[in-house]
Amino acid sequence: MRVGLEVDGKARTADDVEVGESLLFLLRERLGLPGSKNACEQGECGSCTVYLDDEAVCACLVAAGQADGRRVVTVAGLSGDDGLHPVQQAFLDAGAVQCGFCTPGLVVAVHDLLRRTPDPGDAEIREALAGNLCRCTGYEKIFDAVRAAAR
Amino acid sequence: MTDTAAFLRPATLDEACELKAAHPDATPIAGGTDLMVGLNFGHTRPAALLDLTAVPELRAWRRTDDAVELGAGVPYARVVAELGDDLPGLARASRTVGSPQIRRRGTVGGNIGTSSPAGDALPSLLADRAVIEVRSVRGVRQVPAGEFFLGPGRNVLADDEIVVSVRLPRARGPQQFAKVGTRNAMVIAVASVAVSLDLTANAVACAVGSAAPTVVVPEPAETYAADHLDWSGRTPLHPEVAARFGELVAEGTSPIDDVRASADYRRHAVSVVARRLLGWAWAEAVRPRGTEGTR
Repeated sequence: MRVGLEVDGKARTADDVEVGESLLFLLRERLGLPGSKNACEQGECGSCTVYLDDEAVCACLVAAGQADGRRVVTVAGLSGDDGLHPVQQAFLDAGAVQCGFCTPGLVVAVHDLLRRTPDPGDAEIREALAGNLCRCTGYEKIFDAVRAAAR
Repeated sequence: MTDTAAFLRPATLDEACELKAAHPDATPIAGGTDLMVGLNFGHTRPAALLDLTAVPELRAWRRTDDAVELGAGVPYARVVAELGDDLPGLARASRTVGSPQIRRRGTVGGNIGTSSPAGDALPSLLADRAVIEVRSVRGVRQVPAGEFFLGPGRNVLADDEIVVSVRLPRARGPQQFAKVGTRNAMVIAVASVAVSLDLTANAVACAVGSAAPTVVVPEPAETYAADHLDWSGRTPLHPEVAARFGELVAEGTSPIDDVRASADYRRHAVSVVARRLLGWAWAEAVRPRGTEGTR
C-alpha cells in the first residue's frame, strides 16, 4: 500500500508498505530517516519515540498505515535553522549522552514533558521518562539536562 | 505478510462493522501496543488489519446519570486525565499501564479484545460489573464483563463483531487498584487487584487479575467485607477483618507457576494487596464529610 504523511515538516510518500509494517520501519528503512532508533521493537525502551500529530508515542507500535495522512515529528525535526533545540543543547551541556542510542527518544520525551509541564519536579520527570531506558548514564545526567532545559 | 493482505481503515462505526463482516479474519488494531509487538517479531501474521483509530464513535466517552459509556478506542491517557472523578478505580489502573507513550496509544477496548488475564483495565471492569457493548452488521449485544472472557486470549466475540464501548457505573465511593511487578513502569502484572466501595448500597466489589485463566471476582470476599465494615459509624477497619478479606480474595484465585512468579507467590501477593486496598479505600470513606468518594 501507499502511505503519505508529513515528516519533520516535509510531505513524504512511501510505496509498497506492508500491512504489518511499523511506522518506525517506514521512517528508517523506506524514508531513510535514521533519527528514531530501533532497539526493542516492543515499546519497552522508548528510543523510537516520535510525535504522531500532537502525541509522543513509540513509532515501533504504530502500524505504518495508521500514520497515513498524519504528521510525524522526529528528533531531527525539533532543531530549527538557528541550531539545536534547547532540550538537545541541554543534553549536550549536561553530558546526558553516552552511547547516544536512547538519546533521540529521550529528547522527544523531554520536549513533550516540558511543553506540558514547564517546571517539572523529580517525580514528574520520573513518571514522564518511565518509558525511556538508558543503560549508560544512570539517569542522573539526564535529570540534570531536564532541569537545565526547564530553566 | 502476504501480498493479498489488506490494511482496512474505516471512517465510521457502520463501515467498521461492514468491513469486519466482509473480512472476518481481519485483526482489529487500535493503539497497537500489544498487536504490533507480535507483528514486529513475526509471531503474528494476520490476514488483514482493521484499523479502528479513525472511527470517531470509538474515541469518545459520555456521562449519563449513573454511568459512563467509554468508547473502546479511548486511550488510557485520556481515562487518567478525564475520568478520575467518575471512574477513579479504572483511572488508577490506567495510570499503571506501560509508560506514557503506551498510555497515549493503548485503549481499554484493546485490553478487552486481547483478553489477557493480566490486562490492567480488566479487574476494574469486573469489580464494577461493567457491561461491554459489541456490534456487528447483525446488531448490538450487551455482554456483562463477567461473562465476556473465557480464558487467556479467548472471549465471546464472534468473527464479525467488534468491541464498541464499555459501560461502567460512576463511582459511589472510593475505588482502588494496585498491581505487583518488578518495577513501577512497563510491567505485566504478576498479580493485580481492584477494590471498590459503594457507600450508597454499603457494598464491596473486588476483582483479581493475573491469578487465574481470566480475571476473577471473589464473591465470598466481597460479601464478607460488606458484612464486617461499620457503614453507619465509619469506624476504622479492624486489622483482622482486612486480613480475612485478603485471605478470602486469595482463595478465589487459581494461579499458576510461570516465568513471572510462582503460584504461591501470587496467592500471597493477592492476599496482601487486597488487604491493603480495602484499608486504603476504607480510609478514604472515613475521611470527614464532604471529601467522601473523591480523590
